[in-house]
Amino acid sequence: MATPVLDKVEAESAASPYITVTFRVRRFNPEVSAEATWEDFQLEIDPKERVLDGLHKIKWELDGTLTFRRSCAHGICGSDAMRINGRNRLACKTLIKDINPEKPITIEPIKGLTVLKDLVVDMEPFFQAYRDVMPFLVTTGNEPTRERLQSPEDRERFDDTTKCILCAACTSSCPVFWNDGQYFGPAAIVNAHRFIFDSRDEAGEQRLEILNDKDGVWRCRTTFNCTDACPRGIEVTKAIQEVKRALITRRF
Amino acid sequence: MKIHKYDTVIVGAGGAGMRAAIEATKRSRTAVLTKLYPTRSHTGAAQGGMAAALANVEEDNWEWHTFDTVKGGDYLVDQDAAEILAKEAIDAVLDLEKMGLPFNRTPAGQIDQRRFGGHSRNHGEAPVRRSCYAADRTGHMILQTLYQNCVKEGVEFFNEFYVLDQLITEVDGVKKSAGVVAYELATGEIHIFQAKAVIYASGGCGKFFRVTSNAHTLTGDGQAAVYRRGLPLEDMEFFQFHPTGIWRMGILLTEGARGEGGILRNKDGERFMEKYAPVMKDLASRDVVSRSIYTEIREGRGCGPEGDHVYLDLTHLPPEQLDAKLPDITEFARTYLGIEPYTDPIPIQPTAHYAMGGIPTNVEGEVLADNTTVVPGLYAAGEVACVSVHGANRLGTNSLLDINVFGRRAGIAAAEYSAKNDYVDLPENPEALVVEQVERLRNSTGTERVAQIRRELQETMDANVMVFRTEQTIKTAVEKIGELRARYKNVAIQDKGKRFNTDLLEAIELGNLLDLAEVMAVSALARKESRGGHYREDYPNRDDVNFMRHTMAYREVGDDGTETVRLDYKPVVQTRYQPMERKY
Repeated sequence: MATPVLDKVEAESAASPYITVTFRVRRFNPEVSAEATWEDFQLEIDPKERVLDGLHKIKWELDGTLTFRRSCAHGICGSDAMRINGRNRLACKTLIKDINPEKPITIEPIKGLTVLKDLVVDMEPFFQAYRDVMPFLVTTGNEPTRERLQSPEDRERFDDTTKCILCAACTSSCPVFWNDGQYFGPAAIVNAHRFIFDSRDEAGEQRLEILNDKDGVWRCRTTFNCTDACPRGIEVTKAIQEVKRALITRRF
Repeated sequence: MKIHKYDTVIVGAGGAGMRAAIEATKRSRTAVLTKLYPTRSHTGAAQGGMAAALANVEEDNWEWHTFDTVKGGDYLVDQDAAEILAKEAIDAVLDLEKMGLPFNRTPAGQIDQRRFGGHSRNHGEAPVRRSCYAADRTGHMILQTLYQNCVKEGVEFFNEFYVLDQLITEVDGVKKSAGVVAYELATGEIHIFQAKAVIYASGGCGKFFRVTSNAHTLTGDGQAAVYRRGLPLEDMEFFQFHPTGIWRMGILLTEGARGEGGILRNKDGERFMEKYAPVMKDLASRDVVSRSIYTEIREGRGCGPEGDHVYLDLTHLPPEQLDAKLPDITEFARTYLGIEPYTDPIPIQPTAHYAMGGIPTNVEGEVLADNTTVVPGLYAAGEVACVSVHGANRLGTNSLLDINVFGRRAGIAAAEYSAKNDYVDLPENPEALVVEQVERLRNSTGTERVAQIRRELQETMDANVMVFRTEQTIKTAVEKIGELRARYKNVAIQDKGKRFNTDLLEAIELGNLLDLAEVMAVSALARKESRGGHYREDYPNRDDVNFMRHTMAYREVGDDGTETVRLDYKPVVQTRYQPMERKY
């Protein structure tokens, strides 16, 4: 095994780590103005900190009115998806050093959902699409006394799509969804996939019919924005393709 | 102001709240009030697993699990409750599987199990595989599965509703729960929820520490709401410090990493846990491991230029095993530290993780007004509550178990209570306290800032009431908290609006943290012994003669308005296990 020694991480942290960055934040508060505006904030911050740390620094030291959602701060709860330098990411999983802090860092709400205040959007349509795909295990017959058996291979079949944290980074990166909010969007399809390919589930056909709708999977134009945006590394586009294929072959 | 009427109201939508909601919704008209969207709750951050003696991979039984829980809790556990926890664990896991939870599987297709700290075969002989898991995102899968089943059952949620006050009405000399007061984040509107039964499932309060695995939103809102209404808080001095938080950030790295074979090493590369726990080694209980880490650091064997951390070494494990069993935590190391766990050890330090104490309840989830009297219509479950199954130190995987076993029990008990009982009249001006609180903060012209006070609170808690405590350090904390409480009265916010005013909510949350920090420090000062997560260097031994009893803390308000914490004690329920010296 490798013997632990003083490593590079510690050597770096010994020097003064702070740099000056500009956060260019999209502000909107209908209590104040009907117009959204850009506002710049200068921060002294360690570039190894998260964008979320920068937003907190603004809120706690400069402007308490800056509004955003957050909770766990390490990429698990899905609260703080936002558009950072034009790309959907979680603010708590994006380190400042990784997004070119030499230039102003732009931060906007995710697109395609109504902005309520600053970086806070209305998540209801997103969760409604999720609820519409029957995101729960459906079985018939008597329940076994013990657990249902499932082979490790069958369990592996849908492993990728169980990682979804419902942050909406994928759905709100999708050009089809931007143009038409009726589209179920990648996240709902991912969560349908999670059950369609679960060997224990018996409602695959029903879910496929839901997604065969005009606002279902066929709206997908395979632009891969969703896969790029997913902070959990889910192969979203592939999952959507698998659902499309299942619709054609009726095999899953 | 709006008034709503429901049979059962559940406060919080993490694991305990949603498990309760699934039961309560089937039996009564139920509303779940949650300050976050349900899937944002911190149950989702739990990683390693959920304990149950399924015996799928090796011999095990629930009696051994009960013993480990009692021993792990340093004999402050109520043994009747621990027995229920271990016995009902098996059905709790099977229920989740039937609800759809994608557990990892054995080659035979059963639920797979792995080792975890403090869980042993035959009363401490050797580690046992008892933790049922889904990679290192078991909590995430539990939260998702419970939410999915809430969707299936049509559970009614009020998202981003903050419960700020508990309503209590005295009927014929008996204090009963009448409902709760909530603040709607989107609009700033105040809502009264009149309910026959109320269940608190609002989670922990770890944010009064700086280095913590807890979410920003874990601010003890439920504990504070009932405490301010004169109800006690139990065993608040017992807080768990998880051994393996990411250095300086506190982000959790699961004990499952050690269950999979990970090893803790000091700067000399020594596997130091062999010295402190010859049998269980790196899988000793969390309090033992956290103290061992800090002992290494204090004695100059810590790593890094400041010698302020140790290493979690996974480099001897095959990359395929890390990818399959520990994908999330290895990614955390890459994302936040820039470290590749295949080849480099991960710098870690203990991180404030879990409140063993909370709102006292009996095994049906009914909240206690004193050592024996139940508050009719009031329930609690999960980290907000203290049953007490965790005693002085919780075993890993027992919290995901706790929320499922006691969340279910509270959901059933509350719904059955609301079926048999009528509404209690609301008190006069039920919204008064909340309106006063909100308006005072919104209109304050004070000079103190929320973030500054919170920072100072977290610093004093980290420095003085963490893994090692003495009379001197705790007194320093009590004094500092007193000063901060005084300064808090002069706190002002910048956002004066009604719409999504998170500035206001952070101020309210800070008030809750200050109240609970005081209770914690005062309780810790009075406990002149060391037990589980509470370690007093000036009283290093457990003292069963004077302190094998639960602390019960009450808020007292003097005639001049001064608030103090009054302490009382409650006997521990002992059934079959006599206290023994705890060795791992």
